[in-house]
Amino acid sequence: MSEFLQQTLNGLSLGAIYALIALGYTMVYGVLRFINFAHSDVFMVGAFLGYYLAKLVPAATVGGGLLVLAGSMIGCALLGIVIERLAYRPLRRGPTLNVLITAIGVSLLLEYSGQFGFGAAPRTFPVLFPQRDLHLGGLVISSTQVIVIVVAAGLLAALQVIVHRTRIGTAMRALSLNATAAQLVGINTDVVISFTFGLGSALAAAGGILYAMNYPSIDPLMGVMPGLKAFVAAVLGGIGNIPGAALGGLILGLVETFVAGSPWSTYKDAIAFGVLIVILLCRPAGLLGKFRVEKV
Amino acid sequence: MPFAPSRYLWPLAALLTLAGPVAAQDVIKVGEVASMTGKDAAFGQSSHKGTIFAIEELNAGGGVLGRQLDLVTEDNQCKQGESATAARKLISRDKVVALLGEIASSRSLEMAPIAQASHIPMISPGSTNPRVTTIGNYVFRVCFIDPFQGTVMAKFARNTLKLQRVALLTSVSSAYSVGLAKYFKEVFVRGGGAIALQQTYAEGEKDFKAQLTVIKAAGVDGIFVPGYYTEAALICLQARELGLAVPIFGGDGWDSPPLIEIGGQAVEGTYYSDHYSATNTAPVVQDFVRKFRVRWGGETPDAMAALGYDSAMVLADALRRAGTTAAPQLRDAIAATKDYPGVTGTTTIDAERNASKAATIFEVKGGQSVFVESIAP
Amino acid sequence: MPKPHLALLAAVAAAALVARGSGLIDPYYLDVLTIIGINVILAVSLNLVNGYTGQFSLGHAGFMSVGAYLSAAVSLQAGPAVLGSDPSALAQGLFFLGALLVGGLAAAVAGLLVGIPSLRLRGDYLAIVTLAFGEIIRVTFQNIDALGGALGLNGIPPYTTIFWVLAFAALTVFTVSCLVNSTYGRGFLAVHDDEIAAAAVGLNPTRYKIVAFVVSAFFAGIAGGLYGHFRLTITPGGFDFTKSIEIVVMVILGGMGNMLGVILAAILLTLLPEVLRPVAEYRMIIYSFLLIVLMILRPQGLFNLKLRRAKRAGP
Repeated sequence: MSEFLQQTLNGLSLGAIYALIALGYTMVYGVLRFINFAHSDVFMVGAFLGYYLAKLVPAATVGGGLLVLAGSMIGCALLGIVIERLAYRPLRRGPTLNVLITAIGVSLLLEYSGQFGFGAAPRTFPVLFPQRDLHLGGLVISSTQVIVIVVAAGLLAALQVIVHRTRIGTAMRALSLNATAAQLVGINTDVVISFTFGLGSALAAAGGILYAMNYPSIDPLMGVMPGLKAFVAAVLGGIGNIPGAALGGLILGLVETFVAGSPWSTYKDAIAFGVLIVILLCRPAGLLGKFRVEKV
Repeated sequence: MPFAPSRYLWPLAALLTLAGPVAAQDVIKVGEVASMTGKDAAFGQSSHKGTIFAIEELNAGGGVLGRQLDLVTEDNQCKQGESATAARKLISRDKVVALLGEIASSRSLEMAPIAQASHIPMISPGSTNPRVTTIGNYVFRVCFIDPFQGTVMAKFARNTLKLQRVALLTSVSSAYSVGLAKYFKEVFVRGGGAIALQQTYAEGEKDFKAQLTVIKAAGVDGIFVPGYYTEAALICLQARELGLAVPIFGGDGWDSPPLIEIGGQAVEGTYYSDHYSATNTAPVVQDFVRKFRVRWGGETPDAMAALGYDSAMVLADALRRAGTTAAPQLRDAIAATKDYPGVTGTTTIDAERNASKAATIFEVKGGQSVFVESIAP
Repeated sequence: MPKPHLALLAAVAAAALVARGSGLIDPYYLDVLTIIGINVILAVSLNLVNGYTGQFSLGHAGFMSVGAYLSAAVSLQAGPAVLGSDPSALAQGLFFLGALLVGGLAAAVAGLLVGIPSLRLRGDYLAIVTLAFGEIIRVTFQNIDALGGALGLNGIPPYTTIFWVLAFAALTVFTVSCLVNSTYGRGFLAVHDDEIAAAAVGLNPTRYKIVAFVVSAFFAGIAGGLYGHFRLTITPGGFDFTKSIEIVVMVILGGMGNMLGVILAAILLTLLPEVLRPVAEYRMIIYSFLLIVLMILRPQGLFNLKLRRAKRAGP
């Protein structure tokens, strides 16, 4: 029983991180109908930013940790806005596939520049928050896992508030429903899109820091696999749907963890993708997604 | 928008440099294929540092056979197929006298048939899969092979650590890991031990709690992790977090400073086998470590760097003994390498063109790798 | 094209000529030319699905790997038995053709298995499912010890020559362009432009999509077989989604649905990393930077000389 509980905790912690990254994918998709391939690399930049910022604050303190988190989120928000402005905005009028290629280009650029600038060898991510482990019977709960789950939940709640209770959030939702109509009612699409990218990138940065806290080894290619998994999670939950992304992330984290602990652990990735395919076959728009009926 | 012609000038210039044949008589060209970018770039960058450092040292000492060495390095981006193209280019365009590379066995297997067919000697610094040198008699390596290392660790686990039931945690996406685990298992079981269970992960993963939780529940007295330091450090960290206090041990893939940096307290008391350690007090090693640090801004050389260094030095030694850069004589000279004092151990190339050298077992103690015992082939 | 069959024969004859003279070509250039040929097959076959039929597939490398593995397995297992110790060139050629066909057909079956469930899905969902299938294929091969596991297969006999590669490239271009330019083939473009309208005029979009998947997978399998017998060693990791994305980039850069453009893009994107070798450290940085710049400056595709704009659903 304690093994089951332990695995559940492990799965939730992993799932929370996937959820955070998935949120960024899903937000950008909801507003722009486009998969931002560079998102996973903003995640990586966030972790590296945290690595360098952590040198400026005292180690293992709550205040220091929060400062690093905030600093990294702001830095990556700016990065996301810059990328959007330079690489994506000129292509907004054309077919989405072109922006996709540009996104791939940005992703590769960030990865290889990272390898060039930071070197390919992994670095140790410093301890940000004070670490304590709780032992409950056979169950081991590390403070890092708890922080990850709490922060992820907090950011998700904050995101829901922004999207549903603020003017800019309403503007984002309007844009995702119908971009032309949104413009007609006076919404400045450029500002809203920039804001969406900034917000998504900030979430990616948070995901990067939490990921690095949990697995303290960072390198320029660290975003590739989590990014892919998070993308799968976003689609699983229904891409464009914020609670769906969170749900997808949690499901994927749990499935992966339980499979990894089972005799079929070598097929872990295949099973995760298999679950995705099965769910999409039953619900072609994802778990919480709305299937858009095309009017002729 | 019409194309700006200036966009074509630059690649055109590059093409022109490809067109002319390379013919410099007073320089010996040595080719290197390494993964400088891409997912295993950490290993390729490391071995490259060792190799180029060796070449620089040799040139500073007057070169080899009275000529300077020119190292031509090609990056394969860790992509399938690239090592072959790079090898082809080095042989036919750059006319290298020998090829150094690669670390990953799968990429060495791409280069080896080309080197063999062109009769250009090839020395792999770090490929441990037995198949590589079976491609042909022009293919060599300066490291030991998986069967040997698996045997070494199995004997150590049985005889020294006195382990009875061991769990294996292998990387399913790495041929090195799978191979090492297989040979360990064979010898360990033959020695009377038992493999309680086998768990797997894939390279690049960071979360092993699921696998470790199962291992913990199985009640083993040791865990063998034949993977790379990138995952080993995290595995140890998470194992200790989960309350797994049993000995954890691995192979030469563990050796690199980040193992201890990232692993910290969690890797204390772990063991691994290697041909080399920066803390080895032998003069040739300490000399190498000191000079390497000076050259690369304080960086301590890891096993890949040391192997890269030795591959170049063994080649130079063979060139001197052959007295010529002609391929057949050079090949024979490499094959005849005996008791060469390399930084990764006294190296003799055996009949299968593999390096015969002792493996050393290290324990991580007090943030350092400490010598435990040496096991000869 | 007035007499496509004659053009195909001429192309095959040209391939034979090049092969005859291949001893005069620098081995490195020959190497690059062979890879260009394989990439052309991959890009043109993917163009059928992504370009002409408008289905966003991200799993092409998976089909390539099926072809590579199965044809290599045939060569390694059945080769010595069927060919004996000193086969004639003709026998070897026929055997190789057989092995390639086995690989291609296996890949086609995989295409069928992937295509059928995926057809309910649109756009980005289809993309992620094809990507997922590609990864599942990779993980499966990684776990099959008989196929080498993580190390893959090596010691594959070197049957691929420039003749085979160029001949199959010509065959792929011939098949895809004839298919698309035929009366039946107009259906692909119809499905691409407006699936509902196509259904309304009596076409079966599902059948067209399946045909596109199967045909493109077949040629991807052939390309995989050619690759395996050229590099002599294949690993599951070499056919992952980054490889799929490389091929997708060729198709999009060439202008989706533009045959000539896609061929030129395949050639360019294979040559570019080679040309950039002198600055190897910055090679990928320059490559990715060029990608961004090219898409911004010429979004209709590099070589899209006709102005065929893909219609985007929605505002």
